[in-house]
Amino acid sequence: MSTLTLDRAPEARRAEPRGQVTFARVLRSEWIKMRTLRSTFWTMLAAVVALIGFGILFGAVDANRWPHMSAHEKATFDPIGTSLQGFFLAQLAIGVLGVLMISGEYATGMIRASLSAVPRRLPVLWAKAGLYAVVTWVLMTAGSLIAFLSGQALLSSRHIGASLSDPGAVRMVLGTGLYLTVVALLGVAVGALVRNTAGGIATVFGLLLVLPALAEALPSSWADHINQYLPSNAGQSLTALHHEAHTLAPWPGFLVFCAYAVAALAGAAVLLKRHDA
Amino acid sequence: MIEAHALTKRYGERTAVSDLSFTVRPGVVTGFLGPNGAGKSTTMRMILGLDAPTSGRVTVNGKQYAEHRAPLHEVGAMLEARAIHTGRTAYNHLLALAATTGIPRRRVDEVIEIVGLGQVARKRAGGFSLGMGQRLGIASALLGDPATLVLDEPVNGLDPEGILWIRNLLKDQAAEGRTVLLSSHLMSEMALTAEHLIVIGRGRLIADTSVADFVRTAAGASVRVRTDEAERLRQLLVGHEVSVASVDRGVLEVTGLSSDRIGRIAADQAIALAELTPQQASLEEAFMEMTRDAVEYQAPAREPEGLAA
Repeated sequence: MSTLTLDRAPEARRAEPRGQVTFARVLRSEWIKMRTLRSTFWTMLAAVVALIGFGILFGAVDANRWPHMSAHEKATFDPIGTSLQGFFLAQLAIGVLGVLMISGEYATGMIRASLSAVPRRLPVLWAKAGLYAVVTWVLMTAGSLIAFLSGQALLSSRHIGASLSDPGAVRMVLGTGLYLTVVALLGVAVGALVRNTAGGIATVFGLLLVLPALAEALPSSWADHINQYLPSNAGQSLTALHHEAHTLAPWPGFLVFCAYAVAALAGAAVLLKRHDA
Repeated sequence: MIEAHALTKRYGERTAVSDLSFTVRPGVVTGFLGPNGAGKSTTMRMILGLDAPTSGRVTVNGKQYAEHRAPLHEVGAMLEARAIHTGRTAYNHLLALAATTGIPRRRVDEVIEIVGLGQVARKRAGGFSLGMGQRLGIASALLGDPATLVLDEPVNGLDPEGILWIRNLLKDQAAEGRTVLLSSHLMSEMALTAEHLIVIGRGRLIADTSVADFVRTAAGASVRVRTDEAERLRQLLVGHEVSVASVDRGVLEVTGLSSDRIGRIAADQAIALAELTPQQASLEEAFMEMTRDAVEYQAPAREPEGLAA
């Protein structure tokens, strides 16, 4: 008995080494941080509800209105896009939470605790961005699939529903999840660049919503060339049914959107590394 | 062991810390003292690698903070009580910090007990009082059982019982051979907790001394003497480099002579003394004397009335 205790003692000590900071540990820490804030839960819930709720709502409304639609409306009706339209609201929730992931730490002073625990700093940014992107991708891909299926179930009462085997359907459903994932990364990057909640949220909204609206005012000879490269316009090429004139093709458009996020994250990394906390 | 070499930090035009060199040794509590705005917090942020020095360097246990592979085990820090996300519970806050370096859950429970937050550990930190926030900050500092502790104004907001608790905690930590650096703008608090002092003002080193020496040098000590024959004694004592002031009827304040000498002179002349007390300059006075020229924010001195006349 006593031998057993003696044998175990050094092992117990080995079980808690003077632990080094590893990326896996930083990920674990950021995961704890993410899941222990109520704002994470509520904002994610809002995004999922928006995505699925509007899929159901628009499905029901359009199924109801179908007999009264004009021939033109019927001809251009896009059942897939209709059921996924909730992404427009969901992107706001995702973008806001992305900003909060970092600006919340600056606002409360938590960032100094975080960075003194991980003095190399960058692992904190990569862990936050990576975790949040994965969580967003899983929830929003599942959400858009549910939105699609429930929307089509409602539309099929009029025999106007689409199925996943229809051209573009899989791309648009997965694309919605991917688009929102990149919005999440953009939000985290902007949060780290601006370090302020109000300013960060305004910047994300400005980039995604205001910029395309402003650009509408450009003379069309310019707008035709510029607008398709604006972040949200480029990203939403992946979720559009038809590749129209003066829009980017789905995957190139999505890559342009990714490039914005990567550039913003790179800027955030440089700033985090260089600036005083 | 914390070593600063010619540490300088400028924010634009403003120099927060200027050519500051000092060593904080293990085994004693070192007080880091200076008026508000003297550069204490800036220096502490540089120790922890949160702010980069404009020039000079500071090392902890021989390395710059960011070079340590297991920083929480090297240095435990509380830079401000509110370096805590207000939406997270105390327990989860500590758990997240602990996770970065693989500190087990058991240790989180342990430090919560040490700082006496057991009752509120599962409550969100946003609702904490200042004192509770300080305790949580101290818990974060102790988490990795570090060899060095750096605490910025740890007694702020604590009640008397809490102040006594932290005083003893820090002394115990130092007695175990740890390096303990704590800042304050209150000299009286430092005198009770610290053995060594580093005093700065306007970002410059003013003194690096033991608490006892600090008090001795900062202000001339005087001796209070009470006797029925005050006037006779006064005439006996007064002389070169000795000044005697009558504070009250029968009470003298003597500067420049030790109480031993005064007692001897009085005895030789058969003057009965009712009181013979060496007066220590109060610590706060000594501190104010020393940093008078280095106070960043000062209320304008009031002109004595009738001066113009």
